[in-house]
Amino acid sequence: MKISYLFFVIGIIFIGVTTKVAFESNLDVLKLDSLEMVLVPGGSFMYRQSGEYLKDDFPIDAPLTKVKFDKSLEIMKYQVSVGDYEKCVSDGKCEPRKWQGKQDEKLPATGISFNNALSYAQWLTKNSDYVWRLPTDQEWSYVAGSKYVDDALKSDKVNLSISDRWLEKYQKYAEFNFSPVGKVSIRGFFGANENGIYDLSGNIWEWTSDCYNRTRLNASGIELNTTNNCGVRISAGSHRAYISSFIQDARGGGCSVGAPPSYLGFRLIKDGKRDVISRFLDLTRL
Amino acid sequence: MMNRRNALKSAIFATMAVPALIQKASAEEAFTPVAEKVDLSKFKRKKIELVKPPFVHEHDQVAKGAPSVVEFEMTIVEKEMEIDDEGTMLQAMTFDGSVPGPLMVVHECDYVELTLINPESNSMPHNIDFHAATGGLGGGALTLVNPGELTVLRFKATRPGTFVYHCAPGGPMIPWHVVSGMSGAIMILPRDGLKDPEGKSVKYDTVFYIGENDLYIPKDEDGEYKRYESPGDSYSDTVEVMNGLIPSHVVFNGKVGALTGDNALKSKVGETVLFIHSQANRDTRPHLIGGHGDLVWETGKFNNPPERDLETWFIRGGSAGAALYRFRQPGVYAYVNHNLIEAVNLGATAHVVVEGEWNNDLMEQVKAPIAFGQSYLGKKALP
Repeated sequence: MKISYLFFVIGIIFIGVTTKVAFESNLDVLKLDSLEMVLVPGGSFMYRQSGEYLKDDFPIDAPLTKVKFDKSLEIMKYQVSVGDYEKCVSDGKCEPRKWQGKQDEKLPATGISFNNALSYAQWLTKNSDYVWRLPTDQEWSYVAGSKYVDDALKSDKVNLSISDRWLEKYQKYAEFNFSPVGKVSIRGFFGANENGIYDLSGNIWEWTSDCYNRTRLNASGIELNTTNNCGVRISAGSHRAYISSFIQDARGGGCSVGAPPSYLGFRLIKDGKRDVISRFLDLTRL
Repeated sequence: MMNRRNALKSAIFATMAVPALIQKASAEEAFTPVAEKVDLSKFKRKKIELVKPPFVHEHDQVAKGAPSVVEFEMTIVEKEMEIDDEGTMLQAMTFDGSVPGPLMVVHECDYVELTLINPESNSMPHNIDFHAATGGLGGGALTLVNPGELTVLRFKATRPGTFVYHCAPGGPMIPWHVVSGMSGAIMILPRDGLKDPEGKSVKYDTVFYIGENDLYIPKDEDGEYKRYESPGDSYSDTVEVMNGLIPSHVVFNGKVGALTGDNALKSKVGETVLFIHSQANRDTRPHLIGGHGDLVWETGKFNNPPERDLETWFIRGGSAGAALYRFRQPGVYAYVNHNLIEAVNLGATAHVVVEGEWNNDLMEQVKAPIAFGQSYLGKKALP
């Protein structure tokens, strides 16, 4: 009886100490330079659904829907930098980047897979009072504002055959791919949008948390079913790219026909405060 | 006064002198053999303006009239060129400013008369070796020109086919000039045009000339591609990469993506295209994804009957081949070096965008991708 009481007291003290430790965010110690945030107030916008849509077995443009955000979104002003990502790597929580050579720490981190971005978000969350996560495709498109490109084909032709659609899409992607080339540039190189967020739709595509999906509609447009494939995620930029979650470099010309992103990077959304339980679980896992 | 370029010129000559002693057949010095004069005064002359690849100057497929003297002019241009869309730069050496050099077309028994110009602005001596020509190291021995010089070479087109030409200025300069971009091709058509294996005439609507280059760009200690001030500055690092025999880039038309996207080749259903593929240095294997070679002169020599219905054809390093194909289905075709690592990761891909009516007899998507579950499997299993 007495012994169990003693354990209880020790337990309480342990929780007290550890939560105290956890409350002290490590962010000050880490001195990260991608933590400047932009607050985008809630609102609504017209959003082109992601993924592929088949109507009566024929590919069509995804529906355009009005999406509303009740709350404001807080997102990184710049993409996560090389230096910041490397801190996670040296902490043993992020996979090293490959083929990037030695880069200035202030450059945006590229050669980042979806899985890498996820590890970084978890690492950052662990070291902070807040939850950090990748934006959804909707959120990214919303905060991107004028930098968001509707990638629908919007063809004038009716009853496009498979090859017609293919050819039009190729032409459109060729146009998309026209400008965002060149080397990885200093942050801010591609300018800010009206929300004050920099380098959107430049030559670095940004991971979102959305999975690839294919939705089938019948001839009258009623949704039949959807296939989700979370092995493939959406990377957002001057057009949507659907890329396997482990890919760090999606370049490589294009044997398969389409426009691959020039570079893969990311930025994170800062969500609500972390709760005590999650912090405590973090610590017990250490 | 010894300016920077002159200093470089003499440096290049100094490095050339040694291999010239070792290799007797090197084209170190230009020479003019003394022999009986040939009277070509009765031959008609025509002057051809060359066109930048992948396109080809206008020409007759069947020769009109008697053999003639066909005059061409090419200026050698040393210049820095971007070889991908990431700013990787090559100190290129080019025939007429493009990698590859332009495709020349004549007919069997014509005389090819080339004026080769090496402008003062260049830093090195150059020459030209035509695989189609007989003797004189393919012309290389007669054409070595220093910056500020020009030369005129004439050779008789005795063998019909597609042939490589390249710079071959002696010793280790030869592979270096070639992998710096100095190669192209000439097509010598039979006077009565191309024939199928049964001897029936065949025509093409378009020629696409695909020159493939293996490039060897050195990297610095941080893994970044290095950039150099002049070809001479890049030499020693480049040779080191070359000797490893693993190219950093394998490109069509001088650049990764030179023939994709906005620059994709264009054709139509029903159109017949002659693809000419040259590689002056290294073996390759063209393949048209979604198409075939209807008639393929794999070695490029038209006195041999073409093969039919090929999936992939082999182009030996130092040769040019030809493949004829009529497009039957619209869509995007990828024309690749079917070492797919080289095609996708190193750059050897072109696209052909083909317009026309889709033919469901040749191919149809019988069922668009559909989610299937137990109910579907069950239906299949039960009678």
